[in-house]
Amino acid sequence: MIINTRFFNRSELLGFIALAVLLFVILPLSLDIFRLNLVAKYLTYAFVAIGLVLCWGYGGILSLGQGVFFGLGGYCMAMYLKLEASSVANTKIQSTPGIPDFMDWNQLTQLPFFWKPFHSLPLTLLAIFLVPTIFAFIIGAAMFKRRVGGVYFAIITQAIAAIMTILIIGQQGYTGGINGITDLRTLHGWDIRTDQAKFILYFVEVVLLFACIVAAQFIRLTKLGRILVAMREQEDRVRFSGYSVANFKIFAFCAAAVFAAIGGALFTLEVGFMSPSFVGIVPSIEMVIYTAVGGRMSIFGAVWGSLLVNFAKTSLSESFPQLWLFGLGGLFIAVVLAFPNGLSGIWADHVQPRIDRLLASRKSKTGNGWSSNSVADGAPAE
Amino acid sequence: MNAGRLIPIIALLLALAFGAPAQAQTDDATLTALVNALPLGNFKEREVAATALAATGDPRAVPVLQTLTDGELYVIEASGQVVFVETSGAGVLATDPVTASSLGEFAKGDVEKVKVNNGLRRALRTLIGQMTLLSENRGTRLAAALSVLRDASPDTLELLDSALAAEADPEIKTVMDVARAAIVLKTDASSAEKAAAAQRIAEWGGREAITILTGALAEAPADLKPAIEAAIDSLERTRAVWSVLQNVWYGISLGSVLLLAAIGLAITFGVMGVINMAHGEMVMLGAYTTFVVQEVIRTSAPHLFDVSLVIALPLAFLVDGAVGVAIERSIIRFLYGRPLDTLLATWGLSLILQQAYRSIFGAREVGVELPQWMLGSWQVTDAIQIPINGMFVMALTVLITIAVSYVLFLSRWGRQVRAVVQNRVMAGAVGINTEKVDRYTFGLGCGIAGIAGSAFTMIGSTGPTAGQLYIVDTFLVVVFGGAASLLGTIASAFTISQAQSTMEFFLSGSMAKVLTLLAIVAILMMRPQGLFALKVRK
Repeated sequence: MIINTRFFNRSELLGFIALAVLLFVILPLSLDIFRLNLVAKYLTYAFVAIGLVLCWGYGGILSLGQGVFFGLGGYCMAMYLKLEASSVANTKIQSTPGIPDFMDWNQLTQLPFFWKPFHSLPLTLLAIFLVPTIFAFIIGAAMFKRRVGGVYFAIITQAIAAIMTILIIGQQGYTGGINGITDLRTLHGWDIRTDQAKFILYFVEVVLLFACIVAAQFIRLTKLGRILVAMREQEDRVRFSGYSVANFKIFAFCAAAVFAAIGGALFTLEVGFMSPSFVGIVPSIEMVIYTAVGGRMSIFGAVWGSLLVNFAKTSLSESFPQLWLFGLGGLFIAVVLAFPNGLSGIWADHVQPRIDRLLASRKSKTGNGWSSNSVADGAPAE
Repeated sequence: MNAGRLIPIIALLLALAFGAPAQAQTDDATLTALVNALPLGNFKEREVAATALAATGDPRAVPVLQTLTDGELYVIEASGQVVFVETSGAGVLATDPVTASSLGEFAKGDVEKVKVNNGLRRALRTLIGQMTLLSENRGTRLAAALSVLRDASPDTLELLDSALAAEADPEIKTVMDVARAAIVLKTDASSAEKAAAAQRIAEWGGREAITILTGALAEAPADLKPAIEAAIDSLERTRAVWSVLQNVWYGISLGSVLLLAAIGLAITFGVMGVINMAHGEMVMLGAYTTFVVQEVIRTSAPHLFDVSLVIALPLAFLVDGAVGVAIERSIIRFLYGRPLDTLLATWGLSLILQQAYRSIFGAREVGVELPQWMLGSWQVTDAIQIPINGMFVMALTVLITIAVSYVLFLSRWGRQVRAVVQNRVMAGAVGINTEKVDRYTFGLGCGIAGIAGSAFTMIGSTGPTAGQLYIVDTFLVVVFGGAASLLGTIASAFTISQAQSTMEFFLSGSMAKVLTLLAIVAILMMRPQGLFALKVRK
């Protein structure tokens, strides 16, 4: 393996710039606010996908429960927004003014204790990071310390996603039930429903996305990232070398959870509600396909994958609703059977060499193995 | 009241008093005369008239007396005729109570209500009770006895005694006897008598027993209270035992459904290690196959309709098995050793199958029609009945479990499968065609999913996304039981279903489900290998 001391190698830098130009310049200039808001919604899934690159692509831990963390982040944000929207003045027709409407409908007369911290914005922002991290830590510590991995981990995380959905739907008075938390209005007094707010939120989101990309790249390039890859390939050898395999796995899983939670919180802001339909088994496994399509080893691929799959979903289900599930199903099979490294694999195998040849023919090149970048870490294997 | 009217009444009263059998059907004219006598005179005379009417034993008299009791009986002032009325706009529609023919519309001022007082009402109720309790119709008698039991009015005691003496039907006799005990509890009979009555009600143990005794407890004298309390206690204990038994039974039937769905997975995942996320859709394929088979039989061979579900079972097995082999050939064999990729690919497959079902059969749920012999239920006790289709599914589960155990553990082919599981390379080296074993093992697992689906149509309907409901539950059953252990799968299916049904006894359904799943996840974290782990050298 080639040790690369630069933060971004040449082609990664190109990818970074291309993505930045697209998200910061081309899309805001060319799309109307409705379409831009859709792109913002797609990009919230890119956060989850980047997390999955770290934890699945590099760490080899497939989590089928990322929707849980997405939902935890989203619900934390939604709880804050909901409390702000249910001020005493706004809810004076209720039998108990000052509590969210769905609580009033469910005969609750007092705000439950776990809602109380969400009156404060700093505590809410803290909760968006802490709640998923703690939750992921508990799951990760319990499983990885006992060397539960691979398929078992996937099935258990899927069960957790199922539990979470049933719990949210069942506890209607505390969570808003199947409708979720709706009718969100302002963020610290700032109306998030206007076009202008949506425009600003889009840029906030893109900035955060690039921050996450840089953070993920940092994790990947440090010793930590290399240990993750080593662990995926030969777990026992890493363990025999004196590393605590479980702790590295827990870290990767927690990092993925935090990324997902940031995505979820932004989702609530962009879309204006949060519901259990973004938490359960089906959305969780769809998040995995974004990563798989983009290429499970590629951070930029994750962003592209989220954008393309969601774009395909929206346009196909608008015009041919029947075809979408066939398409999505086919995508799962095709990605696994034919393109295990997704779009970034195709790019690295077919497009990149041509660009390299083109550049090499223009100026003499000092070959140093740069071209083998996104798949340099080898094909994934479980 | 004039003497001319009184004569027939007295005659009838005499006839009744001397034990002459009451005429079941009186002629219209006599009956009309008796009915028209009701509004005449004071309340005392009205009671005599009502008694005479009741003495005819004519069933048509009962509604007249009942209407009179309710204070809804009217008389036309001009003709003196007694009628049933029904408000219609400004006026009323009158009906002849005897012939049930309409008498046309009257102004409200033309009719007058036949007044009753409490004394008359009491007498009327007794008369009605008498007519119904002594009726020749068994159903009327039973209904009357139950109504007496509910009211337990001391006024009816005498009447009940005479009815009890005349009663021959054991079931009605029991109800009357209990009703008598319930009345005795309300009268000022001796404590010993009351204790015996409470005892009698407790022995009977019907649905109303606790209510009656609790009511009696409030009014009972101090020396009687312990006896009644003891009776209530014993009733409640019996009831608790029955409800626990019912709950256990519910858990067992839930478990057999879960096991049937999981046993195919225990083969593909447990034995082969292939994660088939489309397992739920394979179950649905079996269900849709059954649906199609029944439709075909209905249109082309109706005489086979009674056995259509039995014919569908093996066909579902074959269709699912064939599809399973095809899936193994086209997708899964390229992914051996990459379980996470298998998981994703089969999830994609499940989406495709779901949409295919929706395109072919529509988004609505489809159901099969149960043949006559599968309807109805087996009445175990007063409180518990077991539906026959549920028992059929349970029997099928037992049969399939035995068959699968035989195939895996006693047949030559099963030995090959287990050899491949334990050491693929070595199994190949001793001449086992491992690819062929893989193909047919996967086919067998899918085929059993088909049988499960076919069986599920007998207890519920089938929708395109129903398969997804099974996937988490069935995987947890297999993982919890310990992959590669059939015994573990059986044990875990019943453990999980019993845990769930027990918790549903105390909590809401969704919380019970959450706690069950959480418990499984927690146990799996502590014991990742499941309940029964097969020791294999890796």
